[in-house]
Amino acid sequence: MSLNDAVFFLLAVITAGSALGVITSRNIVYSALLLVVTFLGVAGLYFQMNAGFIGLVQILIYGGAISVLIIFAIMLVMDVEPHRTNPPSPRLPRRLGGIYLSILLVITMGAAIWFTHWPLAVGTTGADEMAVLADLMLGKYVVAFEIAAVLLLVAIVGAIILAKGADDK
Amino acid sequence: MEHFFLNIAHSLIVWLMGLGLSSKGADLVLLIVQWICIVAIVTINVIVLIWLERKVAGFMQQRLGPNRLGPAGMFQTIADAIKLLTKEDIIPSAADRIIFRTAPIFFIIIAVMLYVVLPMGDGMQIVDLNVGVFYFISVASLSTICLLMAGWGSNNKWSLLGAMRSVAQMISYEIPLAFSLLGVIMIAGSLSLSDIVAAQNNIWFIILQPVAFITFFIAATAELNRGPFDMPEAEQELTAGAYTEYTGMRWALFFLAEYTNLVAVSALASTMFLGGWHGPWLPSWIWIIIKTYLVMLIFMWMKWTFPRIRMDHLMSFSWKVLIPVTLANILVTGAGIQFLAGMGW
Amino acid sequence: MLGDYATIGIFLLLTILFPLAALGLAWVVRPKPLPDEEKLTTYECGVDTQGRTWVRFRVNYFLYALVFLAFDIETIFLFPWAVRFKALGLFAFVEMLVFIAILLTGLWYAWKEGALEWY
Repeated sequence: MSLNDAVFFLLAVITAGSALGVITSRNIVYSALLLVVTFLGVAGLYFQMNAGFIGLVQILIYGGAISVLIIFAIMLVMDVEPHRTNPPSPRLPRRLGGIYLSILLVITMGAAIWFTHWPLAVGTTGADEMAVLADLMLGKYVVAFEIAAVLLLVAIVGAIILAKGADDK
Repeated sequence: MEHFFLNIAHSLIVWLMGLGLSSKGADLVLLIVQWICIVAIVTINVIVLIWLERKVAGFMQQRLGPNRLGPAGMFQTIADAIKLLTKEDIIPSAADRIIFRTAPIFFIIIAVMLYVVLPMGDGMQIVDLNVGVFYFISVASLSTICLLMAGWGSNNKWSLLGAMRSVAQMISYEIPLAFSLLGVIMIAGSLSLSDIVAAQNNIWFIILQPVAFITFFIAATAELNRGPFDMPEAEQELTAGAYTEYTGMRWALFFLAEYTNLVAVSALASTMFLGGWHGPWLPSWIWIIIKTYLVMLIFMWMKWTFPRIRMDHLMSFSWKVLIPVTLANILVTGAGIQFLAGMGW
Repeated sequence: MLGDYATIGIFLLLTILFPLAALGLAWVVRPKPLPDEEKLTTYECGVDTQGRTWVRFRVNYFLYALVFLAFDIETIFLFPWAVRFKALGLFAFVEMLVFIAILLTGLWYAWKEGALEWY
């Protein structure tokens, strides 16, 4: 096992382990904080693949913004003792359904990964990744880029309408 | 003198390679030495800075400040540090112990990690990252989570309120902070901090981007939770905000991290706007120290001059004034560059 | 030569040692008296703290976080654009103007609806 593999497995264990913690923790604040660790683990995987900008976007958006949003959302609805905020479902059929669905998901994803012929990337990334990104974003994919802005606008407006409705009650 | 530290690093590498170490191994040892230097600089600098801050505050309020221990009270902070080190460790029984304990650890790690990309002289940079500015902003944005951890883990009303306030404030001012750096990036055409310094060989960006510098400075003050934007830890109403329950070394780590952040942001300001290590006569690493300390003195001047701003004013100032102004600055800069390009520059 | 991100990773591993060493040093030198019930109570202005700390917070915080998220995403689009600004020319400038204008509509809507008011 090379050093590169060792780093990968370390990051993979951190990411998958904290993701497991997110769903098994009984306290939803712990879940939210472990989710941040998962996000950072994924960012680490990006760094290992030398995709620095994407890794930093992961840190900025997921680690610094979405996690704050999640914690504020928890603060918005927190109404019971913290250790009872994230209980497992009490009903057996639901649990079995969840287990069934997750096994199905693992098999489907595994099959998809196993049977797809992945093309190996040739060439180097690095020095001017930002430039390539900007050229594609404002050239070939400009329509998608503008639609992203519309999507963000819809997200802002929708959330404000929902929150205002909740506030009026 | 100019290449003093670079020569030391170079001869260390040569010596280690002479001992039979591979080039990677020598780099690793050099990195460890650099890390020790940075941690030492951070720690010693904070001791000086706290003394300086108290002296500046004393000067502004026409009193003496610390003056008993050592010449001009210089050893006062060292005594304080020893006192904090020997303080009893108190974790309130109601607190969430795991989150309470880990919050200061993560906070200081994030603060020290900012120094990886800062150029501390000509060629004196641990990693010349091609996305250096973006690295700084991304990593700094993580500190909000640590404040939330501190506030929530303490299980104290002051702490939680202070943490929620400071996070709301920090996320509001993060946007104008990033936007005001964009004007500089547009002119320099690079996110690498060494390229940005190189682009200021002829003219400092504070002259080309005065509005960006002012907005950056205001947003940075709010990001650092320093006065007049120190609402989150307004001692008259929130005791000490998120740090209320912390004692001894854990509190000291928070304090250390705050001053570490202050130095990092001041160094970033001097790199982005004040020409970085460029300067006549003196070696480059002395220039960056002079400029960083100058920026920090302005931060202190601000803190002890202006009264604290009310929370609602503070929030609306970011969203309703700073963000439109920084966006307008980006547009004016863009139009200016396009106009000059059209003129054939 | 070590890679850029490998260097940052090693630096991170080293940096973890710093707070641990500081706390360890404090653990060695500090006094460790027997726990005192009164000392371990939650801090309050001279009285016992009343009610729960972990209560519901206003929807305001959430709204700020949401508008912040939208603008944060705008930031990551603006950075590559700013780097390539000179090379991309006038058309890209106009494209970005449209992008910013759409998001400013969002800011204007949030402003109009009072989502940016702190109360």
